[in-house]
Amino acid sequence: MTAPLLKVENLRIELTTRDGVAPVIDDLSFELGAGESISFVGESGCGKSMTALGIMGLLPEKVGRIASGSINFAGEELSTATEKRMREIRGNDISMIFQEPMTSLNPVYTVGEQIAEVLRAHQNLSKAAAWASAIELLDAVRIPNAQRRVSDYPFQMSGGQRQRVMIAIALACEPKILIADEPTTALDVTVQAQIFDLLNDMKRQTGAAIIMITHDMGAVAEMAERMIVMYTGRNAEQGPVEQIIEHPRHPYSKGLIACVPHIMATLTEERHELTEVAGIVPSLREFGKNQCLFASRCNMVSQKCLDQRPPEVSFEGGQMSACWHAEAV
Amino acid sequence: MSIKSEVLLNVEDLTVRFAIKRGGMFGKPKYLYAVDDISFQIKRGETLAIVGESGSGKTTAALAVARLVEAYKGTVDLDGTDFLKLEDEELRQARAKMQFIFQDPYSSLNPRVRAEKIVREPLDNLESGAEEDRQAIVDKLFEAVGLHPEQQRLFPHQFSGGQRQRIGIARALATQPDLIICDEPVSALDVAVQAQILNLLRKLQADFGLTFLFISHDLGVVQHMCDTIAVMYMGKVVEYADRMSLFNNPLHPYTVALLSAVPSVDKKRRAETKRILIPGDPPDPLDLPKGCRFANRCPVAIDRCSKEQPTLNEVTEGHQVACHLVDERAVSPLS
Repeated sequence: MTAPLLKVENLRIELTTRDGVAPVIDDLSFELGAGESISFVGESGCGKSMTALGIMGLLPEKVGRIASGSINFAGEELSTATEKRMREIRGNDISMIFQEPMTSLNPVYTVGEQIAEVLRAHQNLSKAAAWASAIELLDAVRIPNAQRRVSDYPFQMSGGQRQRVMIAIALACEPKILIADEPTTALDVTVQAQIFDLLNDMKRQTGAAIIMITHDMGAVAEMAERMIVMYTGRNAEQGPVEQIIEHPRHPYSKGLIACVPHIMATLTEERHELTEVAGIVPSLREFGKNQCLFASRCNMVSQKCLDQRPPEVSFEGGQMSACWHAEAV
Repeated sequence: MSIKSEVLLNVEDLTVRFAIKRGGMFGKPKYLYAVDDISFQIKRGETLAIVGESGSGKTTAALAVARLVEAYKGTVDLDGTDFLKLEDEELRQARAKMQFIFQDPYSSLNPRVRAEKIVREPLDNLESGAEEDRQAIVDKLFEAVGLHPEQQRLFPHQFSGGQRQRIGIARALATQPDLIICDEPVSALDVAVQAQILNLLRKLQADFGLTFLFISHDLGVVQHMCDTIAVMYMGKVVEYADRMSLFNNPLHPYTVALLSAVPSVDKKRRAETKRILIPGDPPDPLDLPKGCRFANRCPVAIDRCSKEQPTLNEVTEGHQVACHLVDERAVSPLS
């Protein structure tokens, strides 16, 4: 087997808050192969987006920093790379699309200018060549009448079209990794289906690996091969999507799957009460403690969980769970 | 004791239009019909969902039912009286019977008012009961929605999103309403917290015999919560059916597409459903087509669809569809 495209090892990202330093990412390791698609799942405040920002070198200045661990991209260490080098990598090798396409596009430039900007910065294309590519890209993300729409401003487009523009910008330089941070949360389901379809097509054409961040297990099942369930900045469980949905080995993943009323193949008359994951994600102050941080919400909790942080237990097929009771789940 | 009719809310021909300023001083006023002639009924103790995507008019319809926006025409019959015709004191008293839970628990609670006051406010406004009794009601409500008595003195910012939504629910329950309108009550919450609120709503419904008008875009939630569903597209109801019929035999092409777009964890469903992508965008609401409003995106549209607007017809008992291609055989044109 060839070396993975991206290898994150024992990553620890710290944020400085009023209450001191909190590890928002705590000992996270994972690998991403070329052309693979993985998904980060979890509630807000579990460090999904922080991981993405860490990889991109976009942690909030002076507040967040990579404290230890390594992010290895195609043999190159990113956690210690200079800002100049990171600028070259961002947009060229690794690019990112965000949740709210309206706030991530610049309202005073046409979409064509914003797509062309990436190409001119990274590939030294001439103005005319970049503009021509921008039209091609808009066409590739299936915006009808690209020739004319390229001169539109973001406000002239619908939410779904803006997200397509974001995808065009992100894929302009044919990156090896595309990070999609909740790319469809702000969109309607039929538009979400179109965007997923487009992302899958683009992945096939360009061979880019996709990291998708989401809280929707359904979306994970449709889009990803492997998933990483995150909780309080830690890896709760990771492994193949089908396998985890079929048999989660961590009470948190189990809760995340069971708490949502999913649409099944055949609807039956009976409606069970939804499984609740009681309580909420603990505050940043709790992060980093040497115990299972899910213990306060877990129905399988024992003394051991409160005394020591659980190690990762491996199962068949590359499934891993950080739970003292993983075997019993 | 009077015999209460089975139907609690009967909405007929409800239309809401907004004036859009266009043209010069002498230009004709132009109207946007956000809700165009819709009718539905909710039986006492049941839940009706209005589903649709952004811009379909589902929230406007709910606001019009509660008289938070003005209806242009139609009737909203709540337990025998037309809610839209009431004025002044009568209206104020009638509002006690119909309460609203809002989407965003962050902006729907006054940040400068303590939780207990927020929950008591509807009672104070309606001057119902003695002062001491009101406090007793507030205590009971806090317990019913799963908040601690000592949390009554806190301000909204000291609560989490889920807890705030519980305050919103307690406030809606304060006047012992018959009908509660829930406008996307969980879409602003984290998935694990959503389950807590949905379970709470169902429990309260069983305990107090509540009737819900439930507005949502999330079909999974709707499937779990509702007895009857109205699917809206561009201000019109395109399909109206009970829960089992709608989810197991969707007939309108839009409903079929909408359902097929929902990602699922069920392997069997993923294998069975063919995803129907509907290209393009909905038509301009100011310049609606003459025929079916879905025709330009419909994969099976025929000539007639762009010429003639379909009416909502009952195809089987309790299952209404507005599509030229659906008849009594109740077979979806896409299958």
